[in-house]
Amino acid sequence: MPKLTVDGIEVEVEAGATVLQACEEAGKEIPRFCYHERLSIAGNCRMCLVEMERAPKPVASCAMPAADGMVIKTDSDLVKKARNGVMEFLLINHPLDCPICDQGGECDLQDQAMAYGFDSSRYAEKKRAVKDKELGPIVKTIMTRCIHCTRCVRFSEEVAGVGTMGAVYRGEDTEVGPYIEASINSELSGNLVDLCPVGALTSKPYAFTARPWELKKTDSVDVMDAVGSNIRIDARTGEVLRVLPRTNEDINEEWISDKTRYAIDGLKRQRLDRPYVRKDGKLQPASWDEAFAAIKAKVSGLDGKKIAALAGDTVDCESMTALKDLMGKLGSANLDCRQDGSKIGGPRASYIFNSTIAGIDEADACLIVGANVRAEAPIINSRLRKRWRSTAGDFKVGIIGEKWDPTYKNDYLGAGPDTLQEILDGKNDFAKVLKAAEKPMIIVGMGALNREDGDAVLAATRAIADKYGMVAGEWNGFNVLHTAASRVGGLDLGFVPGEGGLATNDILDGAAKGDIEVVYLLGADEVDMSKLEKAFVIYQGAMGDAGAQAADVILPGAAYTEKNGTYVNTEGRAQQGWRAIFPVGDAREDWAIVRALSGALDLTLPYNNIDAVRERMVELSPTFASLNVPTKAEWTDFGKAGDMKSDGFTSPVRNFYMTDPISRASVTMAKCTEAFVKDAAAEKVA
Amino acid sequence: MSHLRRPAPKELQPTSFAFTPENQEKAKKIIAKYPEGRQQSAVMPLLDLAQRQTEGNWVPTVAMDYIADMLEMPAIRVYEVATFYTMYNLAPVGKNFIQVCTTTPCWLRGSADVVDTCKKELGIGVGETTEDGQFTMIEVECLGACVNAPMMQINDDYYEDLTAESTKAILDALKKGEKPKTGPQSGRKGCEPIDGPKVLKAFCGCGAAPQDADASEGDA
Repeated sequence: MPKLTVDGIEVEVEAGATVLQACEEAGKEIPRFCYHERLSIAGNCRMCLVEMERAPKPVASCAMPAADGMVIKTDSDLVKKARNGVMEFLLINHPLDCPICDQGGECDLQDQAMAYGFDSSRYAEKKRAVKDKELGPIVKTIMTRCIHCTRCVRFSEEVAGVGTMGAVYRGEDTEVGPYIEASINSELSGNLVDLCPVGALTSKPYAFTARPWELKKTDSVDVMDAVGSNIRIDARTGEVLRVLPRTNEDINEEWISDKTRYAIDGLKRQRLDRPYVRKDGKLQPASWDEAFAAIKAKVSGLDGKKIAALAGDTVDCESMTALKDLMGKLGSANLDCRQDGSKIGGPRASYIFNSTIAGIDEADACLIVGANVRAEAPIINSRLRKRWRSTAGDFKVGIIGEKWDPTYKNDYLGAGPDTLQEILDGKNDFAKVLKAAEKPMIIVGMGALNREDGDAVLAATRAIADKYGMVAGEWNGFNVLHTAASRVGGLDLGFVPGEGGLATNDILDGAAKGDIEVVYLLGADEVDMSKLEKAFVIYQGAMGDAGAQAADVILPGAAYTEKNGTYVNTEGRAQQGWRAIFPVGDAREDWAIVRALSGALDLTLPYNNIDAVRERMVELSPTFASLNVPTKAEWTDFGKAGDMKSDGFTSPVRNFYMTDPISRASVTMAKCTEAFVKDAAAEKVA
Repeated sequence: MSHLRRPAPKELQPTSFAFTPENQEKAKKIIAKYPEGRQQSAVMPLLDLAQRQTEGNWVPTVAMDYIADMLEMPAIRVYEVATFYTMYNLAPVGKNFIQVCTTTPCWLRGSADVVDTCKKELGIGVGETTEDGQFTMIEVECLGACVNAPMMQINDDYYEDLTAESTKAILDALKKGEKPKTGPQSGRKGCEPIDGPKVLKAFCGCGAAPQDADASEGDA
């Protein structure tokens, strides 16, 4: 633990810390461009120069290890002069186009030039110009602005794992880019925009849209996958303009996936902004009263057994709570939050990511079963990659299921349950790896559990977890990776078939046969709508997707940016997001719609505000009593041992960029699909 | 910046590349020089090998990809190396690749004459290639032979102590397919003083007499 003095303040930092970190510890702000705490140290921008006693010249604090007895000055005349010089050099080739630059207002160079720049330039020669690079539908480049900090190069190499960016040529001719024309084929490419300290890499979909100081910033939680990435929603005059990551070390660190960031333009298209009722075979605009009356006419007097409800992938826990209670009042036990028919929902430990996402940083071996983690949860995949990098390749990863490129070294073991059985019997080489590991983990994806034999697969994975000591003491390496933001919340709330109730597939079959007469779809769009033709379908949601087309009554709900909501991520961590803007048109917050409907049906639910709903949620599950922390689940028996079919596991996510109604409506996601998804061209023809 | 420092246009880029069996052996030996896990360090000699193998004395993009595969590194890391070092040509050059040094010492000693002679004799400008593909001439920065200034490098050889006449003689010889004598063209040996040895004369037994001009040349 070296002790050093920074501007007369004595600080003690951890061994291996840099002088820059020591200065921050002492409360001194050090300007920097190339240094980023989550990337390797480059030391090439020279902005972080400080004066060190007994050193002949200023030192770059980001690259200088802190040592005992160092005496550092961060505000001496020498330091000021050195940084002024560095800034002047940086500005030599930087264009003076701040007024038309999207980075303006949140530009590191702009900010630091205020502190260290001169009021005018002494440089009278020609400035250099650099040709822009075409990096795909997400990152826009204006390379003349680049100051060669190489953050983007290091990010794409280290975090994203795609070696696209590099610093080519030399000296004055240095250019940052891919040399040959190439898009950045990564699910995390949007983070380059955040990383770039100047306006060289900016957001293509957000180009020339707004200035940062015009935006209202709201903290929220992402619903595009089950990771629960923390986000900040930036909105202006009732319009969501962009989504940025919010740092949460336990979940997304400071990255978010491209879908999280850019699917929001889907919220402006195909929205349900008023109630509709089907009359004469056609959906006609209606008032809320008319819509409720139509539902009342159908539902009143109907046996509860003939009513069913399905919850979709992006709904909040409040609305599921309200709908569950309403179904109870209607006397129906037919409700399910698992649209994909997956066989999960037993004890809590059987359906959450027990080790937590941050737990990956401790694991030393990982078996991935039936999950394409890169497409289903890019943030978790980057965490796995980070672990692999930090162990210099000692973190062994085995994959069972489809072949996919995780961006780190892995052993592809096989396609399906046969391989799983081999591991269980200890016949596979990877069994040795798991046996030798101190903290092994298993990630079971929906691709392994949404099959007919899902119960048996779950039992087999549990047996593997037991056999290889994945659950020992504090460590629980049994992890289920969900693809839907609402799934764990729904399971925690018990939005599953009650006593004698039907599950998703039985509800659909029942509806096709005519046994189920009313189906309430709460944002559920991923089920086979052709089976619902006979039934009276109520669709509540924000997007006009498959569910709305099949509906007899449409109740317009709020999108996730338009309501206060609680979501439980795949780790079982309950998090709350706040409303950034008001719902469009006549749309309302979803729990309030269900509450209003209950009133119209004379089955009034006992809550009048969101706090009361949340109290009810705590009654239903202790998950909601403690926000933002995952609660440990008890390791009990689950799964039903049985025969597994031999066909391979297939991931439910075929196209990372389009997985739900919002991303399907998004123009940016459509462009990404065209650019990056190999089968997209084929799909278009089909 | 010369066009040789930018990737050749698509029409010129070959579609495939592989080392000849001979070079394959050489590559294996080169890679074996580096310790386990540090094989990527072989990227520079392999690029050189690829350049020597390629018609036109350059490194096509496919060759860089080939080397990246061989060393299991991202292609962009190879591109970075190949574009950084000026000795790798990114576009084809003539059979005789002339690099005339025009940095200060050579310029003071008359490198402008050398450049002019090349231009006149070959009918090309700086950075251009003759129509028959025999000669490419570029200006380069210091090649580290200032004591024998002015000088130029043709392929792997240095020609030093040049004048307009000796430059023309060299080019004429090359045009005829001959290989001119490398090293100083003024008759002095290596990089000793231009008017003969000045020190230790009593010990080397050479007195004050001029050295034999044909004596073998030291490494340039």
